[in-house]
Amino acid sequence: MIVLAAINWHSFFFLFFALVACAAAMGVLFSSNVVRMAAYLILSLASTAGLFFLAGAEFVGAMQIMIYVGGTLVLLIFGVMLTAQATFVSMKTRAGEWVVAGVVGGTLFFLLAQAALSVDQWRTPRTDQAELAAIESKTSAPLGLGLIGVRVDKLHQADERLKQGMSGYVLPFEIISVHLLVVLVGAAYLARTKKRMTDVKAEGGRKV
Amino acid sequence: MAEFLIDSWRWPSILAQSLAALVAIGLLINVIAVGALIFIWMERKVSGRIQDRLGPTRVGGKFGWLQTLADGVKLLSKEDVMPDGADPLLFRIAPYLSFTASFTALLALPFATGWAGQHINTAVFFVLAILGLEVFGVILAGYASGSKWSLFGGMREAAQVVSYEVPLGLCVLIPVMICGTMNLVTIADMQRGLFTNWLIFHDPFTFVSFWVFFTCAMASVNRAPFDLAEAESELVAGFHTEYSGLRWSIFFMAEYGSMFVVSGLAAILFFGGWHGPIPIIWWAPQSGEAIWNFPAFTANLAGCVNFILKATVGVTVMMWVRWTLPRLRIDQVITMCWKYCVPISAVCFVGVVAWQTGGFFTVSKGPIPFFNDLVPYQPRAAVHEMWVEPVSDVEDHTAGADDANLPREPSDRDQNQLAWASSGTTVTSKGGGE
Repeated sequence: MIVLAAINWHSFFFLFFALVACAAAMGVLFSSNVVRMAAYLILSLASTAGLFFLAGAEFVGAMQIMIYVGGTLVLLIFGVMLTAQATFVSMKTRAGEWVVAGVVGGTLFFLLAQAALSVDQWRTPRTDQAELAAIESKTSAPLGLGLIGVRVDKLHQADERLKQGMSGYVLPFEIISVHLLVVLVGAAYLARTKKRMTDVKAEGGRKV
Repeated sequence: MAEFLIDSWRWPSILAQSLAALVAIGLLINVIAVGALIFIWMERKVSGRIQDRLGPTRVGGKFGWLQTLADGVKLLSKEDVMPDGADPLLFRIAPYLSFTASFTALLALPFATGWAGQHINTAVFFVLAILGLEVFGVILAGYASGSKWSLFGGMREAAQVVSYEVPLGLCVLIPVMICGTMNLVTIADMQRGLFTNWLIFHDPFTFVSFWVFFTCAMASVNRAPFDLAEAESELVAGFHTEYSGLRWSIFFMAEYGSMFVVSGLAAILFFGGWHGPIPIIWWAPQSGEAIWNFPAFTANLAGCVNFILKATVGVTVMMWVRWTLPRLRIDQVITMCWKYCVPISAVCFVGVVAWQTGGFFTVSKGPIPFFNDLVPYQPRAAVHEMWVEPVSDVEDHTAGADDANLPREPSDRDQNQLAWASSGTTVTSKGGGE
């Protein structure tokens, strides 16, 4: 029991989720079957969601599951559909592709590691671990209110200059929404069958 | 629970936390396992009665109530077969993936005030997100079995689930919008009092949206008449054609588990959760109050029983529907989703927005009274999330800095908001302790 109490469980679970995420990401790299890759990707992204929950960002964690893990579903469906063709059942990576991928991935990793290590606060452990766990996360309501135009976090701001931007993020939110709507309409237009009435008549009036 | 052990009995923190976690996990696994045991027996009895048969009568004495146990023994003794063409890894993990999704959704589902596996501020969203993952198990099973029947079943399930998540999300949005929170405990506690306080009787639009929600929930947990993934008459057994023995039964435990979860979600969102049709247990704790004293515990226990009863009624209705309606075709299923469920739920959403902003929802203001106004028993419990507290500040700032400090006559609406604001301070659900 003393041993159990000595372990920092927060760090333990952090390492656990981080390792699972990395191992599953490696699995995506080294497996050759598209559907298995998608399965590993689910595991990796879900572990990342676990990291968010561990950090107390429940809304972001649930978002990660909904959008990223759920989005893998579409990937999986395409994977299943593509495995009808032999090339996708076991994908072979050529040596040149490994080199290019290694250079790109290595550069990005170096950049991110450099950026992460350059922040002093991230290198020194926090001393107020107990308080940190006690902070209740209330992220969703302020976020949502910010999107519809009320910055709750600015209400108690005493300094008048810092109160700027009370309108929140209505404009960016609207622009992105309209943009997405345009993308959706475009996708629907591109995906629909390109049959005109003359073609239908040529096939004997049978609707497709 | 952990806090109670630490504070009152001076347990070491790690011991108390582990015990609390183990109790919660054990109880939730039993909700699925014992739930499946009872629901499968119920399914047999209900289907029997609907088809003018008796159903199981012999195993375990009266009513055949041990029939599921006999089934379980049979499943255990079955040979575990895997086809040659199967993908061994994916074939093995698929049932566990389904089961995990169903179990994890239960983790955030509260059974009474403060009785939840894990208190999550955005529990509605979490439950929906996790329930959407159950389809992965089905698709992977369909692909990995190396059988065309399984593959057809899996792909149908994928099309169905991707479509039905849209109206389901829209319907869940309506109670969330009325209550102003995604916390399931708060949503249920806002409906305490007489049954007219339930959100289904809030206005005509919520009444309609509940039925859309229930239809979509049935489709999303893959129950007849939407069970195209396993359509016996066309696809042998669909995605689980190649499964046998215990692996097969894990799929079914997952299915009954998620049936319970969506019924429980419906009970919380539209039927007041653990608050009964008639408020007998007036001493039930509000969110944020201490829940580990004796009266609060008994109240919560009664509430928990009430909640499980409501969820069981939902599951029974699903069985009733399954044995009454014929299975739809895949195009009919998709048509039903996009041409009926999505537009209806969207109209309901806009309708509820209009109802809320138009001030129709109280007798004194509304020109159109609804159920809740005709039988006014007690006002809707004023619980809300923390952020509503500075409502007066919002008004000050939007009204402009000049007249912010002037004394004003508090209007009716201000009183209402102030009441909400003051209760908001007490109702930051502190997490029951598990």
